[in-house]
Order: sequence, then structure tokens, then C-alpha cells
Amino acid sequence: MSAEIKIRKAPAPSNDVAADKISRVKAINWNRIEDDKDLEVWNRLTSNFWLPEKVPLSNDVQSWGSLTGDEQRLTIRVFTGLTLLDTIQNVVGAPTLMQDAITPHEEAVLSNIAFMEAVHARSYSSIFSTLCSMRDVDDAYLWSEENEFMQRKSDLIMKEYKTNDPLKRKIASVFLESFLFYSGFYLPMHWSSRGKLTNTADLIRLIIKDEAVHGYYIGYKFQKAFEEATPMEQMELKNYAVSLLMDLYDNEMKYTESLYDAVGLTDEVRKFLHYNANKALMNLGFDPLFPSEICNVSPAIMAALSPNADENHDFFSGSGSSYVMGKAEETEDEDWDF
Amino acid sequence: MEPLLVYYSSPSLNTHRLVYRLGIEAKRIPISMKQAMDVIDRPYVLVCPTYADDDGSKAVPKQVIRFLNNPEHRDLMIGVIASGNRNFGDMFAYAGTVISKKCNVPFLYKFELSGTSDDIVNIKMGVEKLWNSLKQNGSLTKTGT
Repeated sequence: MSAEIKIRKAPAPSNDVAADKISRVKAINWNRIEDDKDLEVWNRLTSNFWLPEKVPLSNDVQSWGSLTGDEQRLTIRVFTGLTLLDTIQNVVGAPTLMQDAITPHEEAVLSNIAFMEAVHARSYSSIFSTLCSMRDVDDAYLWSEENEFMQRKSDLIMKEYKTNDPLKRKIASVFLESFLFYSGFYLPMHWSSRGKLTNTADLIRLIIKDEAVHGYYIGYKFQKAFEEATPMEQMELKNYAVSLLMDLYDNEMKYTESLYDAVGLTDEVRKFLHYNANKALMNLGFDPLFPSEICNVSPAIMAALSPNADENHDFFSGSGSSYVMGKAEETEDEDWDF
Repeated sequence: MEPLLVYYSSPSLNTHRLVYRLGIEAKRIPISMKQAMDVIDRPYVLVCPTYADDDGSKAVPKQVIRFLNNPEHRDLMIGVIASGNRNFGDMFAYAGTVISKKCNVPFLYKFELSGTSDDIVNIKMGVEKLWNSLKQNGSLTKTGT
């Protein structure tokens, strides 16, 4: 059984550019780069490459056994939801964006993104086969297929991917990469902050890194196209983005309740969603919308996401009077990698 | 003497948007390695995004390294603010750690992507406080430790 997607085929080429691309393909030349960001992101993604076999998931077997039935059920459901999002990006999202690519290198980067989404989707099955009974997993897939909010989320995104507007498709894709995943990512970070399922959390952190690059890159390509639009079109696109985000947000709140109410974590997850919705907007080049009072994710979750990030004292909140100028060292070009 | 920022921003413009919203005088390190940098002749705080690989290498953009290879630029730097994305775990804003250690300046602040409105307030106030404290200490010229 697998997470279902309503439309399996990418939309037919919608304009002459796409048709052109199909009739004639040129050999890609990585020594003639039109957009440096393509090479930068290609290098980042390929150096990040990983497979689930790298993570010793079986070390979590005992920890899995310490979760209650409700907690186990929640975890499997969350991961089937994430599997569906990764599957959408793998088979529809990234291939659709590939048709809109401006440079050949952008197509190559998107083919990497498509494949890594397949690796992500595959990883959840590795977690399942290591920790869970087939029967529990089948039940969770069934739950996801029947959960109206999960299905509405998928429908909203699929609808955007079917529009003929490359910019709107990029907006939808950034919201999936940088916002929709996070109702799911919350849970392994929560377990990890309590010393549970820590190897599973390590695997999810690899996915979280990848999705950050995907959201950044697709958002960057959106911004490049946005710059070319007229002020009128820009305003329309911005309104469109905010309105799509609000539709997804309303649905995400209900999805979150349907999952997390049973364990009393809904309020905490909401904060995490606000925080990530702001980051999705920033990836598109827009200002954050959600005020800090409702983005106050618990420090334990932040620490699970980026350990040690907050250990440095915040220099600005100190008195500042102890400032002592250091003596600069000599530096050489090669000398900068610690 | 008024606060000055020197910053690098790739075409994603995340850092550029933050600096623009701060409203503090700022000079941008050019993206093109061939383009000359504006002259920097007074103390400044560096704002730098992070591009680290998993092992932390390549955290500091080569344009910023080129800028800091000039000893005068190192002398005038009084601190570093770095950005990144928490999704990168330990490597979040790692460029700030590297520059801080390498050039022996305090790592002042971290923010994500183009920063939230809280980040704008914190940086504005922090930079102001820093300049006031430097004025009081009369140490706006570099003296060494």
C-alpha cells in the first residue's frame, strides 16, 4: 500500500517553451553557468547526499517500545503524512518545476531534488520496517487516506501544480517544502528533546536540511522571475501567495488538531507552524507575517533542531561595556576552513 | 561617528533585505570578485550569511574571505553578525563562529534568512549600544588587546 496521489501525470506542456524543450534537448555544459546559484545549490545538494541505511535506526527499537500505544499511532500517522508530501514532490512537484526551468542547470538541480524526495519517502518506510508492525503501518496509511485535512492539503497543492503559471507553482512548492512538512517534523524533534527515538530524529534532521535547501532554491528562482514581473503582477502574486498560505494554514491547524489533540501537543505545534510559515515567506522574498508572540517555539524543540546554536551568549543583550578589541590574526585564502 | 555595517548578500538577497530594513548605513561586498569594494575607513560590524557544508567547510563566502584578507578591513571590524537557517543544525550561522575565531572579534548575533521584526529591533538596539559603549571607552580606533 502506498500514499496515493490523485493525479499521477505531470501536466502537459503548457506553452511554447515547454514544447520546445521536449522537441530539442541540448547537452548541458557545466562549464558555462548562466546562474551561479545553480552550481552552488547543486554542490550543496550533492555534498548533502545520504541514504537511510546510513542511520542506525534499529538502535531505536527499545525506545519505540517505551512509547504508549497512542504515541506510537501518532508517530506512524505523522510519518505517513510526510511520506505523502515527499511523494508529491518526487512525482509531481519537482518534475513540474523542471518544465518551467530557465537554465539547463536548474533542470539538473530539480532532478536531484526529485530524487532526494524519493529517498525521503523511502526513508519513512525504513523507519516503519525497523520499528513497527505491518498491521499498524497499514492502519496509519488508511487513516491518512481518509483524513480529510491530509487529503485537502494534497488537493490544494496539486491544484496549484496544475495551474499554467510557473510563479504560482513555485509559490506552492515553497509552501510545501518550507511550511507543510513542519506539522510532521515537530514530532521527531519533540521525541528527540526527550531522549526518545534519537536515531530516527537524526534521519529526520537529514531530511530537514534537504528541505531547507529545496525551499531556498525554489524560492530564489521565484524571486528571479518575480523581479521581471510588472508592479501590478507583483502585487497580484503577493496577494495570491498570502491567500494560498492562509488556506493551507487553516487546513494545517485542523490537521494538527486531528493528530496532536490526543497527546496534548497542539498548541506547541501551532507555534512551530507560525515560525516556519514566516521562513517560507522569507524564502519567497516576502516579509514574515506571524508576530513573534505566536512563534515562540519551546527552546527544547529549537535545541533539537540546531543543538548548540544558542550556547553563544547573546552579545547584544549584555552590558556591552566589557567590549575589548581583539588582535586580528593574519589570514590567507586557504586558511579559512576549520 | 555613526554605526556602519559591511555586508555580503548573494542574489537570494536575504541579507540585503535585512540590512535594508535596519536603516543603518551599510556597504555591500560585491558579488563579482572583479568588482572593487567601496573604501572602508571607519569601524564597522560585518553581516555575513553562511554556506557551510556538513563538516563546516566553506562556511564563509569567498567574497567575504577576499574582503577580510585585506588587513585594514580586519583592523576596522569590531564584530560579526551571521545568518543562516536552523535547519542546518550545528552549522546554523557557522560563518559567524569562523570569522569570530579567525579575526578575534565578538560574534554579536545570529538570525535566520532575512530576519524577523524581532531581529531587526535587536540588531538596531545592539549596534547602537555597541557604538555608545565604544564612544565611552574612546576605543573606536583599533588598539589591540
